[in-house]
Amino acid sequence: MSDLTPKPNFSASVQAAGGVGSAPVPATEHGDHLHHDDHEHDHHDQHWLWKYVFSQDHKVIAKQFLITGMFWAILGGTLSSLFRLQLGWPEGTMEWLKPVLGHWIEAGKLNPEFYLALVTMHGTIMVFFVLTAGLSGTFSNFLIPLQVGARDMASGFMNMLSYWFFFLSSIIMFSSLFIETGPAAAGWTIYPPLSALPQAIPGSGAGMTLWLVSMVFFIVSQLLGGVNYVTTVINLRTRGMSMSKLPLTIWAFFLTAILGILSFPVLFSAALLLVFDRSFGTSFFLSDIYIAGQALSNQGGSPVLFQHLFWFLGHPEVYIVIMPAMGMVSEVLATNARKPIFGYRAMIGSLIGISLLSFVVWAHHMFVTGMNPFLGSVFMFLTLIIAVPSGVKVFNWLATLWRGNIRFTAAMLFAIGFVSLFISGGLTGIILGNATLDIQMHNTYFVVAHFHLVMGSSAFFGLFAGVYHWFPKMFGRMMDEKLGYIHFWLTFVGVYLVFMPMHYVGIAGFPRRYYAWTGFDAFSQFADLNKFISIAAIIAFLGQFIFIFNFFYSIFRGRRATMNPWNSTTLEWTTPIVPGHGNWPGEIPAVYRWPYDYSKPGSEVDFIPQNVPYSQTQSSNLPYEQELAD
Amino acid sequence: MTALTILLVLVLLLVVFGLLFRLQIFTSIFSGSFTRDIGVSNSVNAILMMVFLVVGGAWFAYSFVENFNKMNPPIASVHGHKMETMFWTTMAVIGVAFAITQILLFWYAYKYQHKDGRRAYFFAHNNKIEVIWTIIPAIVMASLIFAGWKAWTRITGPAPKNSVVVEVMGKQFNWLVRYPGRDMKLGVINYRMIDAVNEWGFDLSDKSAQDDFTTNEIHVPKGVPVLIKIRSRDVLHAVYMPHFRVQMYAVPGMPTRFWFTPTTTTDEMRAKLGNPKFNYELACNQLCGGSHFAMKATVIVDEPDDYQNWYAAQQSFTQKNPDVMAAFKQKAKTMVTPVAAAPEVEAAPMPLAASN
Repeated sequence: MSDLTPKPNFSASVQAAGGVGSAPVPATEHGDHLHHDDHEHDHHDQHWLWKYVFSQDHKVIAKQFLITGMFWAILGGTLSSLFRLQLGWPEGTMEWLKPVLGHWIEAGKLNPEFYLALVTMHGTIMVFFVLTAGLSGTFSNFLIPLQVGARDMASGFMNMLSYWFFFLSSIIMFSSLFIETGPAAAGWTIYPPLSALPQAIPGSGAGMTLWLVSMVFFIVSQLLGGVNYVTTVINLRTRGMSMSKLPLTIWAFFLTAILGILSFPVLFSAALLLVFDRSFGTSFFLSDIYIAGQALSNQGGSPVLFQHLFWFLGHPEVYIVIMPAMGMVSEVLATNARKPIFGYRAMIGSLIGISLLSFVVWAHHMFVTGMNPFLGSVFMFLTLIIAVPSGVKVFNWLATLWRGNIRFTAAMLFAIGFVSLFISGGLTGIILGNATLDIQMHNTYFVVAHFHLVMGSSAFFGLFAGVYHWFPKMFGRMMDEKLGYIHFWLTFVGVYLVFMPMHYVGIAGFPRRYYAWTGFDAFSQFADLNKFISIAAIIAFLGQFIFIFNFFYSIFRGRRATMNPWNSTTLEWTTPIVPGHGNWPGEIPAVYRWPYDYSKPGSEVDFIPQNVPYSQTQSSNLPYEQELAD
Repeated sequence: MTALTILLVLVLLLVVFGLLFRLQIFTSIFSGSFTRDIGVSNSVNAILMMVFLVVGGAWFAYSFVENFNKMNPPIASVHGHKMETMFWTTMAVIGVAFAITQILLFWYAYKYQHKDGRRAYFFAHNNKIEVIWTIIPAIVMASLIFAGWKAWTRITGPAPKNSVVVEVMGKQFNWLVRYPGRDMKLGVINYRMIDAVNEWGFDLSDKSAQDDFTTNEIHVPKGVPVLIKIRSRDVLHAVYMPHFRVQMYAVPGMPTRFWFTPTTTTDEMRAKLGNPKFNYELACNQLCGGSHFAMKATVIVDEPDDYQNWYAAQQSFTQKNPDVMAAFKQKAKTMVTPVAAAPEVEAAPMPLAASN
């Protein structure tokens, strides 16, 4: 173990030195050396633990993130099915769930506090554990070294720690589901004072403590991962891989990692101050509280301050979730439309624009918190501007499809679905970002529908597109296409059936996080629609098991993949069918061209990989490319 | 029951899919390594894209129209009507963008499906087009921002001088309501003085607190600006009155406010809707605990004369609770230092009824 670990780094740094143009040859030697070395260790019985469990190979770590993320996604989906049962059939009995839920079922009814715990855990799990760790963790890990042409991450050891901190965090969060007082129940946004006072809701006792501890480890994991991603992209690109030749996936992961590094520490500080308020009697967020027959001594704190801190992470967080999906979708669309992505530079520019703006829009979650209305005006202005770069991305995706020659792989279907959902969900953001209209829409189901489409379902679709597309490189086998089609159409139709009607309910002012609406005249007219949404949601959720089945079946029994099954141009498809530790058995290929030379006029094949020099493609070179070839 | 049946049928369908899949695998398992042929499935998916666009679009249009009345509960405030116009105008704008982009997306997917022998058009960038579709959305957004900003400034601006003042305080899990009484001044309250009887924590050493009265329902007059002052005494709550398009958080330690002008009395609205049981409702719209979903209050809009009569008929908190007042007087006599000294400092966020 000890002699194995430093080698990827060593060879990677040599290769990086080679990247400057000095000595590509030593890189080859070390690469080979490493490979043989590795091979010997493979046969050594003692090392399976280090190969499959505490592995420092970015590809293994990526799979670990993916499978942990899938576990969480099933759990998060199950929780949502439970609370959709409650919302769809508020008068129905839940007695049959008693064997599973135990004392949370009281006289055949779901306990309202447990309902809130379900909602809270669903949000926490989906946003952080699935769509941050499961999506970005999987594909940043898997694709960054493969697509920039590196042997591994800058620090394999930190990368391994990143996963295991996430694992620890997962264990803690999971265990909080089983404690007597239940898991955290103050909403995934954990606004104090509710989250600070166990007297206010039982979930704010031990459940909230575990939530905070788990999130601290989660943030550590994110930072370890993020620093690695950024370092790798900056330092370990192969020869010729300038920033303007990076695939859009890498640009997206790179900017996502920067967002994470800059915003997660702020959540850390918010969590820390909340721990102080909860356990050490400070008053950062608490003031003038009389609860459970007792006036608390806390004075001078501000609950709104917590919201500022939370959303300073919370808003970039939604872009942390969606940007990797955007990057992968760009890649999948271009590959399967057999066309260059339209407006490559505009795509990078809009990603950078979104990244910058994402830091200055957080208070649009707080228009009606009593924050100074002038601040509301400023944040309305900044928020609505985000529509412009987002629009540019959508138009560019459409232009990429225009006059393409489209192959509907499962990944392509999900990529097209992503664009559709991103449009549908993104446009309603224009309503919610308008402070005036947000007075009515804030915290209603309109918001729920909006973000489930634009960052929930879209990001899931990006994740699916990524899995279907890169599965051959991960496992050397293909996923079944027909099952992929069924999975796509069921999910796509299901998502729209769930979230479109939710807008109607929201426009009428139906508040979110309501255990039942039956007490209000204004909201009680939607019983049928709620039933409809619940049925659609549960079916769409069950449909995901097609994917789960397909995934695990194909790992072992799928058809064998070829080296480059999609005829793609990027570097990962130049590796062996199942790349070993170090990725390329020989020299790392050098890069000569941008990643989107699909259907280039004059070229015989309809794709030219990035590692093909211009000198070999005289017939298809554009004039300026010809100069480079000469 | 029907729903459950549907559910069962769909589950069974999934099982059938699973079995079909097994069969398909068995027939193709020995076909060796993967080569992808672009066959029938490609055009099937392309057709499904069009089917989705047409059927999905029709379903959406139908269900939208079908539910349109339900999603438009009656509006009963001056700014509410203006917000409604802005809402549907914005919806129209985004509706156009929605229709154009979705139609193009699915149409392109169908039209440019793979055909043997055809080649995709190598079209990598065009700066002119990029500039156009950056600038046009920017102009549209700018006009939306401007309209939103103007309305926002007006709605959140100072309440008119003649506003009627009512204060609500959120607690787990109901709303407390108080009015300033005859002196038109809301009295000092102090959360340390809260107990089972004195739910507001009235500090009776403040004269203006002695005539404040509390009610269960919120009464407001029609056609007169109403300033709602908002507090919370435990966790976050939010005052949400969908019919008046009013929403503002109730924050412990930080009083907030919102003003609006009701346009329709409760009786008028009942007649208009033909629903004699109709009531304006105040819902809590910020998660506050287990019974959050049941935390509501009724709002009654009266004709101004009726409101005056109702107001005059109310008994103050001290009149309703003479023993509390007596206990306070007893305590004040026996205490050496006046109680009033300390809470006076906290009077700051409690201005005159009319001032803002």
